[in-house]
Amino acid sequence: MAILIYAEHQNGKPNKTAKELASYASAFAARTGDQVIALGFGLTEPEELYRYGVHKVLNVEDPRFADFNARAYAEAFRQAADATGASLILTGQTADALYFTPLLAGLLQSAYVTQVIDLPESVEPFTVKRKAFSNKAIAHVVLKTPVKILNLAKNSFGLRENAVEGTVETFAPQVDDGVFEDIKRVKVEKASGKVPLSDAEIIVSGGRGLKGPENWGMIEELAEVLGAATACSKPVADMGWRPHSEHVGQTGKQVAPNLYIAIGISGAIQHLAGVNSSKNILVINIDPEAPFFKAADYGVVGDAFEVVPALIEKLKKFKLNS
Amino acid sequence: MKILLMLSVVPDTTSKINFTDDGTRFDKTGIQFVINPHDEFGLTKAMQIKEKTGAELHVVHVGPKENESVIRKTLAIGADKAFRIDADPRDSYYTAAQLAEFLKDKDYDLIIAGRESIDYNGSMVHGIVSALTGIRFINAVIGLELEGDKVLVDREIEGGKETLETRLPLIIGGQKGLVKEEELRIPNMRGIMMARRKPLEVLPPVEAPELTEYVKFEKPPAKGSVKLIDKDNLDELIDLLHNEAKVI
Repeated sequence: MAILIYAEHQNGKPNKTAKELASYASAFAARTGDQVIALGFGLTEPEELYRYGVHKVLNVEDPRFADFNARAYAEAFRQAADATGASLILTGQTADALYFTPLLAGLLQSAYVTQVIDLPESVEPFTVKRKAFSNKAIAHVVLKTPVKILNLAKNSFGLRENAVEGTVETFAPQVDDGVFEDIKRVKVEKASGKVPLSDAEIIVSGGRGLKGPENWGMIEELAEVLGAATACSKPVADMGWRPHSEHVGQTGKQVAPNLYIAIGISGAIQHLAGVNSSKNILVINIDPEAPFFKAADYGVVGDAFEVVPALIEKLKKFKLNS
Repeated sequence: MKILLMLSVVPDTTSKINFTDDGTRFDKTGIQFVINPHDEFGLTKAMQIKEKTGAELHVVHVGPKENESVIRKTLAIGADKAFRIDADPRDSYYTAAQLAEFLKDKDYDLIIAGRESIDYNGSMVHGIVSALTGIRFINAVIGLELEGDKVLVDREIEGGKETLETRLPLIIGGQKGLVKEEELRIPNMRGIMMARRKPLEVLPPVEAPELTEYVKFEKPPAKGSVKLIDKDNLDELIDLLHNEAKVI
């Protein structure tokens, strides 16, 4: 039997999500003896996946698939699942995967569970742990169909190297031209040169406590020193201090970096719902009663306008010496 | 033009989440139920289109009778008619199958759902409905413009957004950005009075399989208490982040 994973990539290189899925599949395969197969669209460095336990990469080279198209990708996965006899399909918590995977689940009439945070607890019945209620609960769910689909929560398993001998094959899904014509991309806008929020290991986030958009220089500088992405709370985005694409929280982006630094953010429950899967949370706030401290691992009570510049200087020295 | 909102009814964000029956069921005691926050953006967008084009706006919800007060809120905000499919769904495929069946003999041009519900966070019912009905689908929609037969849709992607061109009929998974936060509608007294006379039709569910089963819930382990570091001793903070958390 086989486990089929989605090898999402950036400029042809498998991204972190793809490697995390490979790590997960490989760890599970160690229990079941399954073969780990990755399906990607236009990979140029598929070999990188062998290091994380992928035995075979199916690479779609058909140029029609160069632009993401959910229906076409779902169809390709359906055909790859058929061809490989996959009983488990894994995708990650990315915009594209969250878009096409429910279509795939509908096409295959397969049980599909999102927000999965660990390896299956049992194989028979096939039971997984997932987050629910905006991270306020953990649920144990049984998948009851022969082919099962899981969407792994971001940064929940981590990368684990387990190098194997792998092969690459070209895969040619049969999809009508009409599918690509039906929904067509006419424009893409991507912030360039910055660490994207979705891939960031560290996120530096600012709230209303920063008093105005003119004070974001130190947030950006701190982010630069740490190689971090910048984010903000909902009121900051709503007041137009920062773009909506930086808003993290329940109705904004959900993030799960290794370190989330909240500066001048009180920690409303709606904000926590988007960030409380972070591995570590550092809160810098002038108000010792700020609710965010209750959800934090590390806290500094102090004026951000003093603490942040001092922290930047200390971090610069630390980086020089390490 | 006909618009349909596929409504999720969820516990208010600030609710304390508890479970009963040995952790097998969500405890609804004392919980305030509301329109799913992601659906609110779609509902307001639908109202804006309705006001501009004279479109008819319907709402459908799969859920028990006690959710009717929340369905009435959508009528009070301005929807013309609501349907409730009388089931207490515990599986996304089952819910999607009910909605797909409902859509079989209808002719909606635009079908709006939220990108996810804030209770089960499944992010899938609207996508499965698309697969079951064949109606085209775009997820994570942060902007929508109708130009005659053509639709321009902004979709959130990793690190930015893309604009997609398509046609109606269309299912969208909407979210913040579809309208601005300050544009969100709340019911006024006149709307509430009018909503009482608007039709809310109850339909029986159809047979459909449940592909998943929730066997147990628990609360995540409690967070240890915060380590406070003196603002004049940031070297200690850097040491903790480096040696303890191992994140820098």
